[in-house]
Amino acid sequence: MADDQSQPTGEFEREPVTQRSLLGFKSFIGMYAGEHCAGTELMLGPLFVAAGVSAYDLIVGLLLGNALAVLSWTLLTAPIAVRARLTLYYQLEKICGRKLVTLYNLANGVMFCFLAGSMITVSATALGVWFDFPMPGLNDVYPNSVGWVLAVLAIGTAISIVAAYGYEMVSRIANIAAPWMVLVFLAFGLVGLKEFIDVNNSQINSLSDLWHLAQTSIWKGGEPLEGQVKFTFWYVTFFAWFCNMAMHIGMSDLSVFRFAKYSWYGIATAAGMYVGHFMAWISASMLYALQLHNDPVNTDVLPGPLAYKACGIAGLICVIIAGWTTANPTIYRAGLAFQAIVPNKSRFAVTLFTGAVATIAGMFPAIAMQLLGFVALYGLLLMPMGAVVFADFWLLKRLGLQPYYADHRGLSFNWAAGLTWFITLGICLGLVKSGIKINGFEPFQIWFVALPGWFIATAMYIALSKFYQQRTT
Amino acid sequence: MRKLLQLVSAAALIATIVPSVMFLTGSLDLSQTKLAMLIATIVWFIATPLWMGQPPEQLEHEEVVL
Repeated sequence: MADDQSQPTGEFEREPVTQRSLLGFKSFIGMYAGEHCAGTELMLGPLFVAAGVSAYDLIVGLLLGNALAVLSWTLLTAPIAVRARLTLYYQLEKICGRKLVTLYNLANGVMFCFLAGSMITVSATALGVWFDFPMPGLNDVYPNSVGWVLAVLAIGTAISIVAAYGYEMVSRIANIAAPWMVLVFLAFGLVGLKEFIDVNNSQINSLSDLWHLAQTSIWKGGEPLEGQVKFTFWYVTFFAWFCNMAMHIGMSDLSVFRFAKYSWYGIATAAGMYVGHFMAWISASMLYALQLHNDPVNTDVLPGPLAYKACGIAGLICVIIAGWTTANPTIYRAGLAFQAIVPNKSRFAVTLFTGAVATIAGMFPAIAMQLLGFVALYGLLLMPMGAVVFADFWLLKRLGLQPYYADHRGLSFNWAAGLTWFITLGICLGLVKSGIKINGFEPFQIWFVALPGWFIATAMYIALSKFYQQRTT
Repeated sequence: MRKLLQLVSAAALIATIVPSVMFLTGSLDLSQTKLAMLIATIVWFIATPLWMGQPPEQLEHEEVVL
């Protein structure tokens, strides 16, 4: 998981990026590798194990799902970004009108708040190692101790204040920490692997020995833990593909790739996917699998203690920095999104308010413990607007319709785009609730429904645009 | 000076990952691994901010002042 902390800001907000400001391929590799090695990886890896994933399903599912994510950035996001060279917000404003973009900002800001809350939760688990207060369990919904509330409050307050003052300093710390953090994540995996070898008295002399250990001890499959959904191959694949759906199919990263020289720079996202969403998830999941192996009753997903047991204080520092450096810009971005709604309030006050909401959200462990589902919902919520951008850019003109219709007509609310968003979400959530089964499998669960949802949104936007443009022209 | 600091950072990065590799091969125990990683972490966070994100000319200027 990641936020968009590395997005270049402050320039070309309402005009295309100029040729002179384009960035090289290496910039995007570094940006994505650092961005996707975040605090939330330490939650997501263990949650795969809690979901009863098997070795084959995890490894091959992540390889395929991450490849699909990279292709989504390369074939959907980047080609539009390098042609239009506009931020998502400005492009949406030209398509949807200012009022609909404000609504989009509100939805985005709220989801950012909850995401930042889960990052604060991750950092707070590190304080639990030092201060030894009771920490939440896997199925806890509410805060379970005063110590936990105070820890989240302390970290949340600090992060919010720093975010309110501007996050340049934290952004710099994030850049400095990134290479080191990637190696600490790798160390988690190496230490976890060695401990598995030792507790099983295994002899690893070949890759097939290693694979045997992975299948029989680390990711054994079987039933998920209580309260978790069973994850098989397609669950892992779709989760890896869609967990950053807001950024690729949802088109948030138009704002990043507008600085790319060529659209093939989209493959730079592979650095983020295969470092953060492959190696880091696998490493973190091994630490949790080891914890369950040693004590099956201890189902707590607590990155702080997991990291401390594996790598000592260096591991704890990694948890705090990973949570902090991603929560901070997320709160900052959420503050900016909310400020667009109340422009008469200062950014400082709005960011502090946003941080307070994220901090309160972070006190409730349900968000972090159910992060697999929350991340899927986050992508789904913003996906229809990505489909609107795609259809508007590639299809409308070819179908004899007017792209950038709000800009063309001076509208503040393009109902074709608005209704596409609302109705698609309604249909998708209805499908999720329906529990329809085909051969015993539910194809419309929250992890899968965005795929048919994207086609529904694209078709609906074209149909509604045809109707709406005929009526209003 | 900048090159020297970069060398120290590179050494710290190597020292961050090598202990866990040595632990995997059985050459270090876990407590030694944790200590080595902590030392490498401290060195990384002291040395790296001195050059990463700093314009080269500013470093040169500071060297003259010192």
